[in-house]
Amino acid sequence: MPKVNLNLTEVPIREKRLGSITGFAGTAGDLVNCSNSGCLKDGTRSFSQCMGCSSGNAFCQLSMIRDAAMVNHAPVGCAGDFFGFNFVYRVGQMERDLPPAIGRYFNTNIEEMDTVFGALSKLEKTIRLAYDRVKPNAIFVTTSCASGIIGEDVESVTDRMTNELGIPVVNCVCEGFRSKIWTSGFDAAYHSIVRKIVKPPQKRTNKVNIINFWGSDVFSKLLNRLGYEANYVVPFSTVSQLETISEAAATIQICPTLGTYMGAALEQVYGVPEIKAPMAYGIAGTDAWMRELGRVLDREDEIEEIIREERAAVLPKLEEYRAKLTGTTCYLTAGSAHGHALIALLRELGIEVQGAAIFHHDPIYDNESTAADMLDHTVKTYGDIKGYNVCNKQAYELVNILNRVRPDLMIARHGGMTLWGAKLGIPTLLIGDEHFSWGYQGLLNYAERILETLDNREFVTNLAKHSSMPYTKWWLEQDPYTFLGGNTHVEAY
Amino acid sequence: MSKLIEQPRYSCALGVQQTVIAIQRAVPIVHAGPGCSTKIHGLLGQGEGYAGGSTIPCTNSSESEVVFGGEKKLKGVIDGAFKVIDADLYVVLTGCTSDIVGDDVGQVTREFQNLGKPIVFAETGGFKSNNYVSHDLIIKAIVDQYVDRYAPAKGEVIPGLVNVFASVPYQDPYWIGNLQEIKRLLTGIGLTPNILFGPESGGVSEWLTVPQAEFNIVVSAWPGLKSAKLLKRKYGTPFYHFPYLPVGGVETSRFLREVAAFGASIDREKAEKFITDEERKFYTHIERTADFMLEFRYGIPRVFYTILDATYAVGFSKYLLNELGIIPAEVQYIIDDTPEQYREGIREQFRRISDRRSANVEFSVDGGEIQENIRKTNPKQRALILGSGWERDLAVDIGADLLPVSVPITYRLVLNCGYAGYNGGLRLIEDIYDRVLGTYR
Repeated sequence: MPKVNLNLTEVPIREKRLGSITGFAGTAGDLVNCSNSGCLKDGTRSFSQCMGCSSGNAFCQLSMIRDAAMVNHAPVGCAGDFFGFNFVYRVGQMERDLPPAIGRYFNTNIEEMDTVFGALSKLEKTIRLAYDRVKPNAIFVTTSCASGIIGEDVESVTDRMTNELGIPVVNCVCEGFRSKIWTSGFDAAYHSIVRKIVKPPQKRTNKVNIINFWGSDVFSKLLNRLGYEANYVVPFSTVSQLETISEAAATIQICPTLGTYMGAALEQVYGVPEIKAPMAYGIAGTDAWMRELGRVLDREDEIEEIIREERAAVLPKLEEYRAKLTGTTCYLTAGSAHGHALIALLRELGIEVQGAAIFHHDPIYDNESTAADMLDHTVKTYGDIKGYNVCNKQAYELVNILNRVRPDLMIARHGGMTLWGAKLGIPTLLIGDEHFSWGYQGLLNYAERILETLDNREFVTNLAKHSSMPYTKWWLEQDPYTFLGGNTHVEAY
Repeated sequence: MSKLIEQPRYSCALGVQQTVIAIQRAVPIVHAGPGCSTKIHGLLGQGEGYAGGSTIPCTNSSESEVVFGGEKKLKGVIDGAFKVIDADLYVVLTGCTSDIVGDDVGQVTREFQNLGKPIVFAETGGFKSNNYVSHDLIIKAIVDQYVDRYAPAKGEVIPGLVNVFASVPYQDPYWIGNLQEIKRLLTGIGLTPNILFGPESGGVSEWLTVPQAEFNIVVSAWPGLKSAKLLKRKYGTPFYHFPYLPVGGVETSRFLREVAAFGASIDREKAEKFITDEERKFYTHIERTADFMLEFRYGIPRVFYTILDATYAVGFSKYLLNELGIIPAEVQYIIDDTPEQYREGIREQFRRISDRRSANVEFSVDGGEIQENIRKTNPKQRALILGSGWERDLAVDIGADLLPVSVPITYRLVLNCGYAGYNGGLRLIEDIYDRVLGTYR
């Protein structure tokens, strides 16, 4: 059954749409089996630490559309992430040789009286002012817990303002309390784009959509050789660029955790084929991904040639790195699909993955393709991973596990996590650019950074000696999953 | 003045989780939606401290807590926090979700208080106020619910002991350095300051001596005043109020002399000796480098804009004009949403910023609007902007030098740098001219 329904104001959250979960302890193989047999259960934690929320993830994509403005309908605290995203936006401009431009983000400043009398007139005023100041080509309105609970009819305002201003003013429903899985915010952002910005195709172009964050350009070279053109969405695209993504020849997503909804929406609504394969991490994954790309773009022979060339260039060096890294132990914490991809990559380098704390689990993506299941692919290709834990960024569990496992290396994908490895004296690596490890060359990139990290232990050794630990001795002696219980079936949400 | 905000420079009421983190070995327990704590830390962060950032216990309220209430979940999280987090004080803070649905957080917290646990609570739903305002709310919660109950000798005043309310930690990016200098100065004139926040403080045990202070000191335009008044009501402790950040020779000496005159137990002569000694050292540097400020012929700032909170705006303006010879632009901007009753006092400070000069002040929470106004004035002279990271493009566009002082500062990493006092004044000169001279190739 198609998952995408553009008539809905808000996209159904991942728990409901995909049956995604945030609590699991076991092995990766168990999780794959449960997912495939439809008997996945979610665990709930009676103690938890702060996470992220959907509104942040929605903002992370929409705020970087170059000619749009953002209105966050919320108390001022919800705008705490404005500057962080502005910073990321500007770093990306620098890397893409774009002129510096500040992010144009507005907050409606919901106050106590507004929670009683409503804040829609404030919203209207803010949208108008954003329009006057920025003259944007679209305005996106993101919602908040406060606006959601008091029942603001944001859609009525955005519809009215669309007519008044003559540009799309788009409602993006992304209240933090609606979902435990903050990546639901990506879905909310894409839903609003596909609903209100994207136009039906007039023709097919040779562009390939790449749903991504703000990483470096690794796709142009490959696609140009095949006679296609990379079209990065959503950060750094313009509104008019987004209007025509329905005309693309295909959609690639750098990470299905990010792009599951957008990829499926473009295929289901406008027939843009999505590349459904494991992600291009590790040799086997990259081979499979490349072949699927070749099949969809009708360039199978060229792809085989590229695979031969790349393998010939990379494999000898890879052997050298493998010889150095084999036997190294590693613990990993990351978002879902990217985490699965990193496991593949680490195993490819001969590194023993002792365990992983992965932020959530989607048993299936919106495209419903089992071929695209990265964890399934990783387990089948490289074997099971024992200490596989689905946990939405719970540092206390991570510290407990690291303290037991004491790996040679810790890899983190998200901020706020590396500290815990380092405080225990474990060399820790965070790589911000998710394109860094992509493809054949990515293996070498990563291997080099890992060797560098393993070699660089002076800082962490000294830090560990002088660090305080906010966790009790009692806790460090408990089973790491002491507070994980409940085993609610996902259907019961 | 618009109420909407482009470019926020402070957080909501819940932003005060950072005040809690600033107390040694204290931890907030946040009863709010899943993203709140992280967003606050993103703006008022740079380091998670002992138990901030990803350590903060949180109920991560979801739809079911919004529909059915979140008291049960909160109870579980508090229970877990006591087991998992090694802290001396736990502070339950609410967010929008629980305040709108009306959870009885007081009742839940009292159950733990009745078991003798060191825990307090405050209602800090984001929409209720901002973190400048709720800073006093948290101090009140700790005093009423913890200090009052556990202070060993409430009635016995210790001569020379003072409580200092001088900074909203993290909202003031230089809070650690500022408190360090203020503590050094007050110790210098013979007092024993309870500095209450940061590494110079004795943590929760220091808070337990709060009722025994001889008097209290508020160094701030308005945050902290309510706390001093509370302690006056509660324990009869008188307080002295210095309404801006004392920076440099003139204002720091003024501050210290007034404090020395206020405190009965202070040895005035010794205090005066300390002040003159500090002045001598401070002015040695000013004198030594005055030729640079007079003679540097390739251009240094001659006019400044403050886009700061009231405490900083007044303190910096007085110092820049009176001791560095940089003149205030016609309008100065204050971004802390100053409550109406304090605005006239701040305007008055700007009216007599020096014996012969005054500046106008505008209160606005909307950075976008402030920037539009400054662009319109387009200063003739080389300008200095004392603002936030948001001013990066503005500074380039009008050819100004920028020193980020207000959050988000992002383009600087702050450890123990502070701008209060004599040392802070010197540091400010270094930082301003470091940026100015760095523009010459």
